[in-house]
Amino acid sequence: MSPAALAWLRFRRHKAGLAGAVFLLLLAAAAWSAPLIEAALGIDAGSVDLFARYAPPSAAHPLGADDLGRDLLARLLRGGQVSLSVGLAAAFIAALIGTGLGLLAGYRGGAFDAALMRLTDGVIALPLLPLLIVLAAVDPAKLGLEDGTNASLFRVIAIVALVGWTTVARLVRAAALAARAQDYVRAARALGAGSGRIALRHILPNVASPILVATTLSVGNIILFESVLSFLGLGIQPPAASWGNMLAHAQETIWQAPRLAVWPGLLIFSTVIAFNFLGDALQDALDPRS
Amino acid sequence: MSRFLAGRLLQAVIVLAVMSFAVYGLIGLMPGDPIDAMIAADPELTSEDTERLKAVYGLDRPVWQRYLAWAGAALGGDFGHSRIYNRPALDLLAERLPHTVLLMGLAFALSVAIALPAGILAALNANRFGDYAVNFLCFAGISTPPFWLAIMAMLLFSVSLGWLPATGWPAAGDAGWAERLRHLVLPVAVLGLLSAGGITRYVRASMREALRQDYVRTARAKGLSRAAAVRRHVLRNAMIPVVTILALDMGALFSGALITEIMFGYPGMGALIYNAVMANDYNLALVGLLFATFTTLAANIAADGAYVALDPRIAFRAGA
Repeated sequence: MSPAALAWLRFRRHKAGLAGAVFLLLLAAAAWSAPLIEAALGIDAGSVDLFARYAPPSAAHPLGADDLGRDLLARLLRGGQVSLSVGLAAAFIAALIGTGLGLLAGYRGGAFDAALMRLTDGVIALPLLPLLIVLAAVDPAKLGLEDGTNASLFRVIAIVALVGWTTVARLVRAAALAARAQDYVRAARALGAGSGRIALRHILPNVASPILVATTLSVGNIILFESVLSFLGLGIQPPAASWGNMLAHAQETIWQAPRLAVWPGLLIFSTVIAFNFLGDALQDALDPRS
Repeated sequence: MSRFLAGRLLQAVIVLAVMSFAVYGLIGLMPGDPIDAMIAADPELTSEDTERLKAVYGLDRPVWQRYLAWAGAALGGDFGHSRIYNRPALDLLAERLPHTVLLMGLAFALSVAIALPAGILAALNANRFGDYAVNFLCFAGISTPPFWLAIMAMLLFSVSLGWLPATGWPAAGDAGWAERLRHLVLPVAVLGLLSAGGITRYVRASMREALRQDYVRTARAKGLSRAAAVRRHVLRNAMIPVVTILALDMGALFSGALITEIMFGYPGMGALIYNAVMANDYNLALVGLLFATFTTLAANIAADGAYVALDPRIAFRAGA
């Protein structure tokens, strides 16, 4: 049996991970077909209808409407696009930075390695949330950046990636350090391979699975951070919908419509737990020793 | 040991220095500055006045000069005044600190009281129903947005059932301990339950690792009962990494406390820092963030120290 088939076999045994994967695929499909769903139901995430304020669930509004009469389902789907994009993009960028620095540190060693490890120690030791709050409160205009339409989205991705690369960097560095002494790496060097080739062709494939597992697990965490920042008013800015800022708004109208506070939270919870289960399943599948 | 500790302390001092400069620079990049606020408050100010004010407050100098001036004063114990409260920033922090210590202490105790038995039982019943149930609850704990759990708890216990106050804190003097406890129940429960998830996972993993060791098989082979082997050999060894993780988790617990304090209107340090950042209160935000960093670093060093003290096999190397 091929290694891939074996991994799939082990992955399938992890029922919660499988369920998480299915849920995430369905959620992504629903979130990105939001325009189609809106067209089919004749609704629009952004359209205000003051006659439908706090409307209960009905055929026109499957999950009801919020305090401005905006359709809750449509806004949840738009918020899903935001959460998934932020989670995946920030995790991917963090993994890229971490892999690059980790390979360089582990393979080169020396002063760069020492400096990098002290830096990751420092970043890991920081109280993350207060720091993210300060970063998110920075005024982009004072840095000479333009405020575009998706500015708040990109900003959240950038600041989370900025503090999120350390886990992958440590993983990759440890693996590169171990691989450097292996016979196959020495053989490759004897055959005349350069440092870049050895790092990319011989060391990287060996650390691919821990990187994948760590990145999957970090997506859930990032979605939580995004929701916290948006909830505090520092993340995705209204009127754009995100689950976090929908909850912040729902808290103000909690006496009139507690329903509005339940759905976004339930979706954050389900998405994050699905990513965590998926990561756990990938770990079981790709690392038979664990 | 002393060389090892000295290395860690030096590193902590460097992290604090870098962090303070970074935060100082970042806070200067937040929208608005004190002069803007004064201009908005007094339309009669001329542009000469604003220049003069900038010079008075040192805002016409480059950021590193201002930072050095601030750091020099801070080393002498003067962390400046809070702009919104018009009082020394350090005093404000000291006032809020006991509240945060109380909240974090109780929540920590609650989460350990849940995590230890749950993690140990799960590991001893590996791959049975109890293990799966604990594992699922742990994942639920680490996946729940803290502010959402807070809203749901308020909705259930304050709005629907009316058992507990939703937010706030009794004013000084007019309430006894019973009233304070009633205000503490929800914040402590939310923070404690959510941190229990992660800790339980560590306890469970550490126990399973210890159960696999050869010395456990040896102990069983020489006739020790399973319960005695677990008590004498497994538990002691499994708890060493757990102690470390508990100390390392302080940063996460502080982040959780910050959210909890904001949600429940609890007069703690986290809420103070958040309000200071949002209100552009430079000095207060700085001293709060630095204190949070300092505590987290201290907890990390304590974690290393505990590890070394508990596990005689660990060899020290300075800076390692």
